[in-house]
Amino acid sequence: MTDQQTANSDNKLYEYLLMLGDNSMILGHRLSELCGHGPTLETDIALTNMSLDLFGQVRSYFQLAAKVKGGESTEDSIAFLRYERDYRNTLLVEQPNTHFGYVIGRQFLFDAFHFPLLQQLQKSKNTDIAAIAHKSIKESAYHLRFSSEWVKRLGAGTAESHEKMQEAINHLFPFTNEFFVESNIEREMKEAGIGADLKLVEEQFTQKVEQVLADATMEYKELKPRMAQGKQGLHSEQLGFILSNFQYMQRAYPNMQW
Amino acid sequence: MVDQQIEIKDAKIKSILTSVCDPEIPVLSIMDMGIVRFIEINGTDINLKITPTYSGCPAMDSIADDIRAAFKKEGYTTNIELILAPAWSTDWITLNGRARLEEYGIAPPMNEEADKMALIDGVKLVKCTRCKSTNTKMVSQFGSTACKALFQCEDCLEPFDYFKCLK
Repeated sequence: MTDQQTANSDNKLYEYLLMLGDNSMILGHRLSELCGHGPTLETDIALTNMSLDLFGQVRSYFQLAAKVKGGESTEDSIAFLRYERDYRNTLLVEQPNTHFGYVIGRQFLFDAFHFPLLQQLQKSKNTDIAAIAHKSIKESAYHLRFSSEWVKRLGAGTAESHEKMQEAINHLFPFTNEFFVESNIEREMKEAGIGADLKLVEEQFTQKVEQVLADATMEYKELKPRMAQGKQGLHSEQLGFILSNFQYMQRAYPNMQW
Repeated sequence: MVDQQIEIKDAKIKSILTSVCDPEIPVLSIMDMGIVRFIEINGTDINLKITPTYSGCPAMDSIADDIRAAFKKEGYTTNIELILAPAWSTDWITLNGRARLEEYGIAPPMNEEADKMALIDGVKLVKCTRCKSTNTKMVSQFGSTACKALFQCEDCLEPFDYFKCLK
């Protein structure tokens, strides 16, 4: 490969790593907002532990991304010093913690996507990505179990919990379509044997969602998908609020160290 | 699968490594945890590779610092690298480690199938660390750290952590 070609493929890999890392990071941040605010002590601990797992995964992705990018790039600069349009997360993960039904619904829909995604990435030709996937999937399996059980418990629980869970699903499910709309970067990474085949991920996702939401007595099949382009950097208003909080320290005290 | 435990012939090096503990489970040495994956000794230079238990494990940095400090005290310099593959498994906890966990009040991990039955289906399989009864119930799937679940014994009422199976 020429230098130019290497630089191009590095850029694409970097962008792909952002897509993988940003989903975990923004969701991890949303969960961290619940620290000390969970509905019960046990769920508070569970949700913040899941946040910690997600941030651990983000560190691995961004350490790798910093290596790919080179120069002065670090995991912290990638996490904290980008502008809104440079974030590549999907819109689902930035949706707010409106109530516990939303927290659980968002988590379940993400986990149902994340687990089969990691299954695919375990086979990545990029050995670093494969290693991160092997590590993360063990954690993701626990997250998926936790969120599936809660969706069922709330959905098939009391009339009130059912209604609130359904309200959350009505809002959140339409965002899941975005996971499977393949971007150019994702297509190229798939073709290079580095990225996941989103078609296969979608099959697994659909199967899992059907099974859990049926048990939870949730209606969702009539919901129309929303147009969403988070992977292209076009976000909902939520991301701005998230970043103003998330980036505050790094912006107020540039190059700060703990 | 890659070899589960590395062998360290040098008794002094081994005892230094055995003196370093997981700060969140102070009865377990890093050797019992199975997180030291590679060691190379060149005179007083030590090259080590360690692997995290969970991706977000906040103890990793402090473990690396503790390893450096323990070796420095004995006149060694260390170069520590964090590796992710192969991913850590609870199978790498030694038998000694499992026994020490139980003494400390943390039920050691069961096999994958039993783990799932206990955590999801509520089958009473986890043994109380105090009275050894299996009449126990899960209180929370996540406990004081991500790697543990919170249980309670319904016979002696003792609350205790269960170290979840990770494979």
